[in-house]
Amino acid sequence: MMRLPLFEFRAPRTLEEAARILDGEGTSAMLLAGGTDLLPNMKRRQQVPRTLVSLRHVGGLKEAQLTPSGLRLGACLTLADIARDPRFRNGASALWQAASQVATPHIRTMATLGGNICLDTRCNYYDQSYEWRKAINFCLKKDGITCWVAPASSKCMAVSSTDTAPALIALGARVLLVSRAEEREVPLCDLYNSDGSDYIRRRPNEILTEVLLDSLRGWKSTYWKLRRRGSFDFPVLSVAAAVQLGNGGIAQDARIVVGSVASRPLVATEAAKSLVGRPLDEEAIREAAALAGRIAKPLDNTDFDMSWRKKVATEFVTYALRELRGEDVRTERQRLTRYPFV
Amino acid sequence: MPNPTESPAVEVVELQLETDRLRVIGVPRRRVDARAKVTGQTRYADDIFLPRMAYCKLLRSPHPHARIQKIDSSRALAHPGVYLVLTGKDLPIEYGIIPVSQDEQALCLDHVRHVGDPVAAVVAREELTALEALDLIDVEYEILTTVSDPEEALATPEPRIHDYGEEGNIHKRVNLEFGNVDEGFAEADEIFEDFFFYQGNTHLPIEQHASVAIKDPEGKLTIWSSTQTPHYLHRALAKVLEMSPAHIRVIATPNGGGFGGKSDPFNHEIVVAKAALMLDRPVKIGLTREEVFYCHRGRHPVLMRFKTGVKKDGTITGMHLQTLIDGGAYGSYGVASTFYTGALQTTSYHVPRYHFQACRAFTNKPPCGPKRGHGTVQPRFGQEIQLDKIAEKLKLDPAELRLRIAEAPNAVTANFLELGTVGLRECIRRVVKISSWNEKFRKLPEGRGVGLACSAYLTGAGLPIYWNAMPHSGVQLKLDRGGGITIFCGATEIGQGSDDVLAAIVAEVLGVTTFDIRIYTGDTDLGPVDLGSYSSRVTLMAGNAAMQAAERAKAMLTEAVGARLDVPKERLRFADQRVFDSAAPEKGVTFHEAVCLAEARFGTVGTVGSYTPPRSPAQFKGGGVGPSPTYSYSAAVVEVTVNPVTGWINVPKIWIAHDIGRALNPALARGQVEGSVYMGLGEALMEEQEFRRLPKRLSHALVHKFPSILEYKSPTSLDMPEIVVELVEEPDPHGPFGAKEVGQGPLLPIMPAVANAVYDAVGVRVDEVPITPEKIVKALAEKKAGRAPRFGPTYFPDVDWPEPLRVPPPWEGGDGRAVNEVRRSSSQRKEKVLRT
Repeated sequence: MMRLPLFEFRAPRTLEEAARILDGEGTSAMLLAGGTDLLPNMKRRQQVPRTLVSLRHVGGLKEAQLTPSGLRLGACLTLADIARDPRFRNGASALWQAASQVATPHIRTMATLGGNICLDTRCNYYDQSYEWRKAINFCLKKDGITCWVAPASSKCMAVSSTDTAPALIALGARVLLVSRAEEREVPLCDLYNSDGSDYIRRRPNEILTEVLLDSLRGWKSTYWKLRRRGSFDFPVLSVAAAVQLGNGGIAQDARIVVGSVASRPLVATEAAKSLVGRPLDEEAIREAAALAGRIAKPLDNTDFDMSWRKKVATEFVTYALRELRGEDVRTERQRLTRYPFV
Repeated sequence: MPNPTESPAVEVVELQLETDRLRVIGVPRRRVDARAKVTGQTRYADDIFLPRMAYCKLLRSPHPHARIQKIDSSRALAHPGVYLVLTGKDLPIEYGIIPVSQDEQALCLDHVRHVGDPVAAVVAREELTALEALDLIDVEYEILTTVSDPEEALATPEPRIHDYGEEGNIHKRVNLEFGNVDEGFAEADEIFEDFFFYQGNTHLPIEQHASVAIKDPEGKLTIWSSTQTPHYLHRALAKVLEMSPAHIRVIATPNGGGFGGKSDPFNHEIVVAKAALMLDRPVKIGLTREEVFYCHRGRHPVLMRFKTGVKKDGTITGMHLQTLIDGGAYGSYGVASTFYTGALQTTSYHVPRYHFQACRAFTNKPPCGPKRGHGTVQPRFGQEIQLDKIAEKLKLDPAELRLRIAEAPNAVTANFLELGTVGLRECIRRVVKISSWNEKFRKLPEGRGVGLACSAYLTGAGLPIYWNAMPHSGVQLKLDRGGGITIFCGATEIGQGSDDVLAAIVAEVLGVTTFDIRIYTGDTDLGPVDLGSYSSRVTLMAGNAAMQAAERAKAMLTEAVGARLDVPKERLRFADQRVFDSAAPEKGVTFHEAVCLAEARFGTVGTVGSYTPPRSPAQFKGGGVGPSPTYSYSAAVVEVTVNPVTGWINVPKIWIAHDIGRALNPALARGQVEGSVYMGLGEALMEEQEFRRLPKRLSHALVHKFPSILEYKSPTSLDMPEIVVELVEEPDPHGPFGAKEVGQGPLLPIMPAVANAVYDAVGVRVDEVPITPEKIVKALAEKKAGRAPRFGPTYFPDVDWPEPLRVPPPWEGGDGRAVNEVRRSSSQRKEKVLRT
């Protein structure tokens, strides 16, 4: 059996207490929410924190507040909470679809929104046991000096594998980071670095407590996920798209995010810009899909062939935009998800 | 007592003719172990916890190929909580499943052959302590050149991975010629030459291997282990530990799936046995999923070249098959696997001349071995795709072509396999009907398609793994004064339902329910030997043994009851827990009373039964692989959708007909068919035992790409299509109540049927598995460019084949012997003796 290393377990009752513990422990402590990613990683010795600070008993982190100006989502809402909440089925569909497709029903019942946003980057050379990594003399992300997927690279190329972050970025989300000394609000798209090792700008003493969304009135959004099977798998490509359609189906505003093809979710700014002021006709969709596909530069460190993943990126943007203009793409979606998903 | 060599099959047929209604056999029932499994009460090996139990972990090689220079375990031994550190010198005797491949050591003495090869074992108070101590063992290695695939093995004779085998890194070469295949090609109207590649994959049982060993209070050894073959483990333990088998008890715990992956004696089993004896305390090991990937023994990657000649009407005139097999680092079942890549090519369709050449190479990867369909899955994939190509060229419907050339019942094939009943034609007819094949094939819109394929499989290997003249399976039956019946048998319940089959057969013969029966299996102390749960042998072999034991008990009860009731013996019937006069059913005794009458008359009521397969006419060297008392047949139709841009492939529905002879428990039989379809679909679409070699200038690493159940992709319940199962029941005289196998055969047609369906959907051939969207896209690009619309291998490398062994087929007057059998040279004989 794979065994967890020994660690100290702390279970603060308040956010202040949690922040104080984190502040004192520095980088040797890690936050534990659902634990569905962290604990398996600890079994493989990818992370070996001396202290785990549980957020389970901290109050106020599991609420979803809907106000006229937008949404405030507690970071400890589970993905299952989001998947079953009908309030996310309209403008925030992308979030609901993303949360519904994470891993398995069992994991979604444990896993949290905040945890998925902070999810460690993934790589076939890194998500392995200690013994396996020893057999390749480790890698740049952990204990080694070479990035095996790109040996010439000085930077770790592990892949951002969160489902909810691309969806939330497409929805214009911000996150609230709380430390002992301060509180700061950061646009989610600025939370990530283009570096598989140093992938997140959350400081070790900060707790991601809330996700904030402005009103999504007039917006439609969607999320397309590529994985080999209908369950379990992390995304190896995802496309989140949101458009605000005005009279005559003219796009007033648009956001397209391509996930799981780099160390951070990629915002397809040019592709989104190309849609604004135009109806979502075939030509507009083709142009945006080509532009968005261009930024996807997958490497050979996930499931599936990298050049094929790039090809599918373009297709996924096409599916997403067709769906947003009201086309029935349920057949395509069902063939991908392998179950009815409406 | 009846003559023990008498075949019980004759009695079966008579029973059928008596027109008595069967009350247990053929009725869908909840299996006998269902309650325990569903309520979590089944005790698997890893569920065993004993007082003072210590935990074992294995230090495994991080190098794919190296010499061990030095091992220093002093730091580990000094670690608090560590009881024992074992290394290769503690267990130097070589073992292996096959007598000619005794090439494994429980802990490598001086040579590691793949990443994951065990070099030392730590036994400690806690599992975590043992794990920590692994890092304190200092091992110095001398790195050796690695071999990553068979072609590389052919080109790299040195350094040798093993110092035995044919030469260099070639483990085994086979060259068998049944008739002159060139004459066959000369007669042909069309000759087809195709190349196929079948990627390796693993069993992925949900239960990871686990073992617990103790030195029992008397000082003998007992081991509980998740093994499919307690008898072979028993032999290996006796050999390596240099103990009498009489002082070793092996208990095969119920396996949480085996599929062939628990059929070898394993290093971890030997290590915990040794440690328990040394420490005089229980020692347990539970492998991680990654370690299970290193045990492997899974499907061999096989490159194939098929050359087949056919007449315009589809008649096959000759077939030449070449296979190049990636064996991994050890022999395992490999010699048998090598023969199996060609043994069953003649069992479904009439092949009048057949030339088979095979070569298995050693590579620095976990050893391959038997996985469901052992060695026959790969060539079946090629054969059934090639038939699809042949049908298209000859403008024949693929189903019609197969109906024309299907082999006849009771035929003797070119390679001297004696077939029993052959339900192949009926399987094809049924599957064509239920799938509406005729309305779909070549008629569905672009992007949708159907494919058909068939298969045959053994119902038990005709020969044991080590040569001996004893039965393959034995059963002891005890009837007690309470009316209870206890079955003792060495057969192993690996989830396939063998306990249920044994209980059902005995219950039917003695007229009771399966609930009236207790069953003790897989325990070398309690039951007579059954060779193990492999080669689809248990239902037929242990079933026939159980049948014989039950018939003998029935004879005793009949005599006692007949005397008491004054009814002629032939009028007595056993049913509904009674023994009664068929002419006056109210006149009778309860089964309980019948047992008491028999005990009063004869003394303690106990009987035995055993089974030995019929002798095969295949008497040439290598003819031991392939013979079976009878063969099962399957036919499947798979429907697919394929996205013409992304190649994304979905399987909405599968129809399958399986010739099972007779379904003893149809609920269980259907479950086996569905399980086979599931596993087959995984192999067809996604499963891959893949390895990574890092850039050579930076590293010598050659590692399993993703030894995890998350990244080794196997279908989930959501990926499973609707399955329609038809059981074709034409009782075979060799099987108990006419039963043939169902555990493996239905897997075989799935992969080629998927490939053929993809061709029907988008007009491209993917001549290898897994059939992935990427490969379909590449084949579509070839098609668009006007080249051959396919993805797959394009050549077969040169192999230095030995002189063929020429065996004239039956219709050329052959007697099953080779006309040019070469006597083994004295040096080879010596090597065999040394290795055995």
